[in-house]
Amino acid sequence: MTSSTPVLRCDDPILIVDGLTKRYGWKTALSEVSFSVAPGTCLLIVGPNGAGKTTLLRILAGLTRPTAGTISWFGRAHQVVPVEVRARLGVVTHRTMLDPDLTVAENLFYYARLYRVAEPSVRVREVAELVDVVGLLHERVRQLSRGLQQRVTLARAFLHRPDVLLLDEPDTGLDRASRERLRALLDRYRERGGTVLLTTHAYEFGLEVATWALYLDRGRVVWTAADPTQVRAQLTEMDSPVVPV
Amino acid sequence: MAKRSSGLSWLAVLGGASFVLVALSVAMIFLYAPADATQGDVQRLFYLHLPAAWLAYVSFFIIFVSSIAFLLRGTPFWNRLARSAAELGFIFTTLVLLTGSIWGRPIWGTWWTWDARLTTTLILWFIYLGYFLLRAYITDPERGARYAAVLGIVGFVDIPIIHMSVRWWRTLHPQPIVVRSEGPNMPTEMLVTMLVTLVAFIVLYLFLLIVKYRIETVRDAVLELRAETAN
Amino acid sequence: MWGQLLAILYRDLLSEWRAREVVIGMLVMALLTLLVFNFAFDLTGAQRAASGSGAFWVAVVFATLLGLGRMTARERQDGAWEGLVLAPVERSVIYVAKLLSMVLFVAIVDLVALVVLAALFDLPVFRPGVLVVLALGTVGLCALGTLFSVMTAQAKAREVLLPALLFPLAIPVVIGGVRAMMLELSGAGAEAAPWKSLLGGFAVLFAALSVLTFGVVVEE
Repeated sequence: MTSSTPVLRCDDPILIVDGLTKRYGWKTALSEVSFSVAPGTCLLIVGPNGAGKTTLLRILAGLTRPTAGTISWFGRAHQVVPVEVRARLGVVTHRTMLDPDLTVAENLFYYARLYRVAEPSVRVREVAELVDVVGLLHERVRQLSRGLQQRVTLARAFLHRPDVLLLDEPDTGLDRASRERLRALLDRYRERGGTVLLTTHAYEFGLEVATWALYLDRGRVVWTAADPTQVRAQLTEMDSPVVPV
Repeated sequence: MAKRSSGLSWLAVLGGASFVLVALSVAMIFLYAPADATQGDVQRLFYLHLPAAWLAYVSFFIIFVSSIAFLLRGTPFWNRLARSAAELGFIFTTLVLLTGSIWGRPIWGTWWTWDARLTTTLILWFIYLGYFLLRAYITDPERGARYAAVLGIVGFVDIPIIHMSVRWWRTLHPQPIVVRSEGPNMPTEMLVTMLVTLVAFIVLYLFLLIVKYRIETVRDAVLELRAETAN
Repeated sequence: MWGQLLAILYRDLLSEWRAREVVIGMLVMALLTLLVFNFAFDLTGAQRAASGSGAFWVAVVFATLLGLGRMTARERQDGAWEGLVLAPVERSVIYVAKLLSMVLFVAIVDLVALVVLAALFDLPVFRPGVLVVLALGTVGLCALGTLFSVMTAQAKAREVLLPALLFPLAIPVVIGGVRAMMLELSGAGAEAAPWKSLLGGFAVLFAALSVLTFGVVVEE
């Protein structure tokens, strides 16, 4: 079984995933997923609904425990993602993680303190500028549209200058301009050595930022592509049409 | 193959032994043991009541130990053992409550009394119920196993406290007549019957626990197979 | 650690101050329970110290269950809980912070219910002994309640599961709380000492056990 699954390896990986399996009763969400991620790259995780993309990211972030297999973040294997690793990850999930009754600034401050960010007020302003929500800092989150909330959520993920970003459909609800901004942001982030793991339904968006890709179907790695042109070729070859942005 | 058949026959011996012992103890309860001087024939329930009560609490102790081991090691063995002991414990707790109630009717003149030990056992029954609900309502069995282990630990630690609080609250249960420093205060025939019944219950319990454990193992294997074929 | 603890606590309180979803609901529940008990039992006669304490604790337990459910629902709705679990915060710190905010919320309910009890049933409630009993009982109740609310948060039928777990295990708090309060109210405060140690021991023991096991229940 394992031998038939494509495995992508690289030198000096920042993350090694080995034989990762997650079952919910008899339902298999992930089956023997193995790959490793080099620093400074952007891995695009694609696949149809229910392929296990979200489960994979949740396990990597430490929100869900795997049934079997190991993860090594930054060269150390562990069962449960430890505090030191969590401090270096920036995560965006399907939920905003924001308290709707607090203002944008209050939410960001709260997370800045949880992540022990130095000079929180300066940093909060910085990330707000990054996603262009400075004008909204004193608005309650409840009053913002989903797209604006998503931008705040992205700012939240950048707050503590993480080494790795785990982004589960970060482009949800973003308009074309914000999406463009996010793309530029991720490019700049990677130029500074940051690593990105990303899922998206909008392949075109993914193609613009990804350096390599991993295709999941029913919990298994079906194919991997190691450079952007290959990613593009593989994706356009797929039966499923590229989702229009 | 040889290993499997020897395992089966070993279990069959245990099953046969428990059958013979239970039959023997039933015979002794009704034919050998004398009727109690004050309580009459109803007292014969005691032979059933006491071992059941002990095993109800022993089961929770097994859950407690398995839960700790499961949280430390994460091996399926401990999870299955806890699951098996919980089911048996629930059955024996129900048995204690029923026999206690039937016994209490002629002796105390009421089906139920808020006596300390009876009340603690009733609460134990509810804790077992919560344990099953927890396992049933958490859809991911792995997570359910972890949470059930936490409940197994917290619940076991709570039982003596519950008992203490209920005892301070009120009590009218007959004082212990079996375990006493100057020796048990009952006729020899009664004591022998009691001991035989206790041994019979323990052997039966072991037999049921192993059978139940095997069922749980098969259930896990089926789940595994289903997971593999579903892909 | 303290900074993180205070950050969580501050956020919980600020959020509740703005939304007023948890405490108001708990208060309404507690007061209605007291009202209904007034019809069910005689809360004015000579026995009113006993039945008043009973009514009071039933009201507090119901309100706590409601509050725990509400808190959990609020926290899970937009993923604030996820955000907390993802952050580099020790699990025990999360537990202690959540326990403290819940204790604060229940304490508000305790005090309001106490005033109502004093006014409606003419009981001498404002004695230091009564407040000690309330404090110890509330911490004990919330210690287990906080642990179980996290365990049941993602379950099917969590409104059923949380009481099914919490009620039987919290019985020492209910018995101890009712007895100790009754003794305090009827002027026999000295006799309440063993009950107070029971309540205090329960609170410390289960808070400690929860701190130890909380890491196991946090992840899915």
